[in-house]
Amino acid sequence: MKTLAELKKLRDESLKKMTMRYTKDGFRVQVGMGTCGIASGARPILNEFLEQANLRELKNMTITQVGCMGECAYEPMAEIIDESGQSYVYCSLTIPIVREIIEKHIINHQPVTRYLLSTRKDK
Amino acid sequence: MLERIQVLICGGTGCMSSHSKEIKQAFEEELTNLGIKDEVGLVLTGCFGLCERGPVIVIYPDETFYAHVKVSDVKIICEEHLLKGRHIDRLLVKNPLDRNKIKQMSQLTFYSKQKRIALRNCGQINPLDIDEYIARDGYLALGEALTKMTPDQVIKEVLDSGLKGRGGGGFLTGLKWQFAAQSVSDKKYVICNADEGDPGAFMDRAILEGDPHSILEAMALCGYAIGSDQGYIYVRAEYPVAVERLEHAILQAKEYQLLGDSIFGTDFSFNIDIRLGAGAFVCGEETALIKSIEGFRGMPVLKPPFPAKKGLWGYPTNVNNVETLANIPVIFLKGADYFKSIGTENSTGTKVFALGGKINNTGLVEVPMGTTLREVVYDIGGGIPNKRKFKAIQTGGPSGGCITEKDLDTPIDFDNLKKLGSMMGSGGMIVMDEDNCMVDVARFYLEFTVEESCGKCTPCREGTKQMLDILNRICDGDGTLKDIDELEKLAHMIQKTSLCGLGQTAPNPVLSTIKHFRDEYIAHVVDKACPAGVCAELTHFVIDDGCIGCTKCAKNCPVNAISGWPKQIHMIDDELCIKCGACKKACPVGAITSIPSIRGEAV
Repeated sequence: MKTLAELKKLRDESLKKMTMRYTKDGFRVQVGMGTCGIASGARPILNEFLEQANLRELKNMTITQVGCMGECAYEPMAEIIDESGQSYVYCSLTIPIVREIIEKHIINHQPVTRYLLSTRKDK
Repeated sequence: MLERIQVLICGGTGCMSSHSKEIKQAFEEELTNLGIKDEVGLVLTGCFGLCERGPVIVIYPDETFYAHVKVSDVKIICEEHLLKGRHIDRLLVKNPLDRNKIKQMSQLTFYSKQKRIALRNCGQINPLDIDEYIARDGYLALGEALTKMTPDQVIKEVLDSGLKGRGGGGFLTGLKWQFAAQSVSDKKYVICNADEGDPGAFMDRAILEGDPHSILEAMALCGYAIGSDQGYIYVRAEYPVAVERLEHAILQAKEYQLLGDSIFGTDFSFNIDIRLGAGAFVCGEETALIKSIEGFRGMPVLKPPFPAKKGLWGYPTNVNNVETLANIPVIFLKGADYFKSIGTENSTGTKVFALGGKINNTGLVEVPMGTTLREVVYDIGGGIPNKRKFKAIQTGGPSGGCITEKDLDTPIDFDNLKKLGSMMGSGGMIVMDEDNCMVDVARFYLEFTVEESCGKCTPCREGTKQMLDILNRICDGDGTLKDIDELEKLAHMIQKTSLCGLGQTAPNPVLSTIKHFRDEYIAHVVDKACPAGVCAELTHFVIDDGCIGCTKCAKNCPVNAISGWPKQIHMIDDELCIKCGACKKACPVGAITSIPSIRGEAV
């Protein structure tokens, strides 16, 4: 460690691995991983979300999985909740759709209405 | 691939002894079986503080808090939580108020009432990974100080923060640094005092185990401030995990050139070595500690000269306690004003307490100075178990005193505790309920100091022994009223004439129990009775007419001294009874009482 800049660079890199422990704001992406979800291919969908987040260095989202979301016919599904508590449920996901959602919804804050099953506001 | 879940497993000594290492192993196996090993990060962290509920694991990003996790639970956690995202209800902690299950760690009142500065990284980062410490702004304070501040500015910042020594002395840390800096010498030393010896205190161990780099960074900062290039960590050999993690941390820091020569490209060099202590209580006293590092018997010497003038091998030396040092990086990262804004006017910042004894949430808590004892005991500590009544709280370990119900609303700081006849000490807090005999408690602490006295000065070596003999006599029912006066007389004499802090404070538990619980002493010597039913010679258990014949007492008696048929009143055979009190605890109707007796015979 020769300079302060070097230390700060290392800090920012290391922080990437740990963001999930400290970021509480931004989008929350919940992928339905009930038996139905897993059977209809939710795992590659979840992985794609993670890959994209990693690739594009998105810090404004946490990705987690949840149990059966109830509408098994529309699996794989993912629910995206924004900071205000507004939730968007996307259904029948494929990998290209995930990329589109990341691009439009997460990065540009424009929900992709075509794939929406429902929206809802909690609280 | 980016980890989508991180499982943090508590690796403090408490949880390790209840198999957290095996739990981590089980996780590794199970995750490999399920094929999701790459997605899940496993981290063995430092102590989470809530030791009562250990082993503890926290699963991010949801911050799910699982308590009392067993190796056999790992499979279901992996299958249900990690794979399918369902919480395991039975492993969650219940909210004591509405009995609802709490999912998030931050919602537990145990954590929400705390303010963590010294423990900021404990349970949050992997102590074996320097990168995680750096990610949390680690070594940034050192870097900025070395490149942007003069040693005088560093000392001024510490002085301005008002930080006082957390090891018991309560002396201004900045002032200590200043004294060492002003001593002119070509060689100076920085010592970290990690000889934590108070029974029931383990905050220093938790910091060393959970966040070793913060100590290294603070020592280097101190080295820069006072003009030293060599630091020693004096840690007791009974803390093997702490020693192992410190060694690892020193190696890593050297590899990153955060220790060694020309740190951050400046001409400042600093090295740290570990010195193992054999676990003598007296070596927590700084002059005894220095003697021990030098290779002599750990015995205190007269001050002055203070170590800041003439310390290790005769050179100026600065000795700071672990928790004090853990606060240092934060003072530089957030500023002295931020630190001063926490706590009270004369006691700034926070203090870590080790809660123990008769309390629901045994563990480590860190609260701002000025928090009341009641908040610590009831809100964070969760109150007294088994619906027993609070009797007293012992702070400051064997050098402190008792605080009773009427003083529970006192804000905790250095001055207030002293006014109550106790002291901050290193932060041990032992809670006692109505089942504790205060004479016995005083005897316990005195036994400890008699054992730990180094024997160098007569008042401490002989005086405490005499006091213990008197206490033993009182507990055996052979005491007289004169004995209580004698105890007080001896206590004051030892306080005034002992060489070091150990002897000067050793009589405190006796004096404060006599002050607050004189009636219990009188019960022992006049009525020959132990009101709490602890002193075996003075206790005699009887079953009264309230007995419903449930047989619970007989089943719990370890020596089969209780006889009786179901639904009939039971009897205790006094010859066989060992006065353990198990029957009293087991009785659902409170029909068993201890009554005064002389040498075991009922009056």
